[in-house]
Amino acid sequence: MRFTKDHEWVVLEGDVATIGITAHAAEQLGDVVFVETPEPGKVVKAGDAFAVVESVKAASDVYAPISGEVIEGNTVLGDAPETVNADPENGGWFAKVRVSDPSQYDALMDRPAYEAFLATQ
Amino acid sequence: MTMQNIGRPTRPEGAAESTGFTSLTGGRGLLQDEPLIFELGGWTKTGVDLPAASGDAADLAGLTRAGVDLPGLSEPEAVRHYVRLSQKNHAIDLALYPLGSCTMKHNPRLNEKAARLPGFADLHPLAPVATAQGALQLMDRLAHWLKTLTGMPAVALTPKAGAHGELCGLLCIKAAHEAAGQGHRRTVLVPTSAHGTNPATAAFVGYSVQEIAQTEDGRVDLADLEAKLGPDVAAIMVTNPNTCGLFERDVIEIARLTHAAGAYFYCDGANFNAIVGRVRPGDLGVDAMHINLHKTFSTPHGGGGPGAGPVVLSEALAPFAPAPWVVSGPDGLDLVEEAAADAAQAFGRMSAFQGQMGMFVRAYAYMRSHGADGLRQVAEDAVLNANYIKARLSDVMTPAFPDGPCMHEALFDDAWLDGTGITTLDFAKAMIDEGFHPMTMYFPLVVHGAMLIEPTETESKRELDRFCEALRALAATAKLGDVERFKGAPHLAPMRRLDETLAARKPKLVWKRESGGA
Repeated sequence: MRFTKDHEWVVLEGDVATIGITAHAAEQLGDVVFVETPEPGKVVKAGDAFAVVESVKAASDVYAPISGEVIEGNTVLGDAPETVNADPENGGWFAKVRVSDPSQYDALMDRPAYEAFLATQ
Repeated sequence: MTMQNIGRPTRPEGAAESTGFTSLTGGRGLLQDEPLIFELGGWTKTGVDLPAASGDAADLAGLTRAGVDLPGLSEPEAVRHYVRLSQKNHAIDLALYPLGSCTMKHNPRLNEKAARLPGFADLHPLAPVATAQGALQLMDRLAHWLKTLTGMPAVALTPKAGAHGELCGLLCIKAAHEAAGQGHRRTVLVPTSAHGTNPATAAFVGYSVQEIAQTEDGRVDLADLEAKLGPDVAAIMVTNPNTCGLFERDVIEIARLTHAAGAYFYCDGANFNAIVGRVRPGDLGVDAMHINLHKTFSTPHGGGGPGAGPVVLSEALAPFAPAPWVVSGPDGLDLVEEAAADAAQAFGRMSAFQGQMGMFVRAYAYMRSHGADGLRQVAEDAVLNANYIKARLSDVMTPAFPDGPCMHEALFDDAWLDGTGITTLDFAKAMIDEGFHPMTMYFPLVVHGAMLIEPTETESKRELDRFCEALRALAATAKLGDVERFKGAPHLAPMRRLDETLAARKPKLVWKRESGGA
């Protein structure tokens, strides 16, 4: 699993990346009440806002950590946005993307690097 | 995602019920619990003795029906319902209302009397101008005062509130850029401490928003501003004093850099109360600024009614001001209504008619009853009161920006609550039990667990002392570890802590009558 400074995580299996927000982000957001995931077919560039997450106290864009084409949004989150709090780095995933440039994955932070980054925040 | 690390809890953690005395009916002494008026019911009765319908029902073309689904309350039942509800409300007429960035000052009754004069209150917006000369004269004089106080050559009176004024200002800026062949400018710069309405307004006009970083001492970071100013920037939006309660001491340089980059300087005037009569925004290089008549010139939060957000404009933006405005003509005062001749560049209009006349009267009455010297003292006393609070609380709470004085509001963070298990929200709710409306919480976003206190100039030293003593006592209790007092707060309010998460996930937006009714 790799991480961004904007608190997204990515897991790459073959050329499919699963993307979500980190446990730290979910905890800071507080109770998530609404999630908008991208439609399949949407082409995203790394750094684009491609999903929305809303808690009681904040609304935030979620940025694509990696470029590619969305193949699936996590529809479970529509009815059960609390999944993001309960299981942020697994069942609370936002979208799966077929990546166009797998080398972007290697440029992201690994967990020790992300945790070191959090410690500076 | 963009992290908002403000630390605000959103669901109750404390005990659901306070221990101690509870009444058998659920009421609190003479403050009774009150259901919705629809739940009071009376569906099969009517509380008013109406005469039987006369005339020909055929004239109503079949629109008659038996039940209209309104609760049938008698007059005393209806009166009591609304008076009971009003007792659950907090108002500036009851006590200090220390909401930061809201300027909840006393609303002088003189203004209300003036606003109710029939010549103003009963005037129809389409009345011929020959019959509305008094109202036009008041608008003209109000405009003169606003221009004089701000040192700006023009004012658009019609915007209906602060955010509407922001929209008006940005539309002027957009029109000015388009007229100068600069319509390609697409970005508006906004500091991280800005009111949420600033980026919202910019986005509404179609601009993209970029944040300007803040310095350690709570001001606009000039280096970051300079780096972000460029040929794509249409405007910056800066509040002064800013939402940290601090004067932007580099404001002249901010204006210079902005103008050098070909952009305009929009100033959010929500905090004008701190500088009215002391500083003229026109002298600072501001191109457009809204003035919340309903804050700076009394009637906080519109007194429950409308607000008014006139926008003063610089020489460069004045030609683009929206219609209508008041001019002198051969037959007295007149209104310029059409975008033609001298007004050819007006970008349009913000309002169908002439703006919030009632608010114009209140603001003008306030200005004239204070006079220029009185308005200057308003700003001085507002700043003095805020600094008094800051000085009296700084040894028990942690000021977000301890160095130097604040302006009209004192900002604390939650560092002093570290290790107590108590949050800003808990502390604010406990204030309700002590008889005080909470301050603004968790805003500005750049300060963790922010508590923003704006007393305004209309609070006496006695009231400020009462407030400070209450907060000092609460702070001492918090540090002694009386967590339950805070987690369970408010214990004494008509409603206990609300579950904001449940309310957001499962909102009940409409009342539905249960079958059968009462």
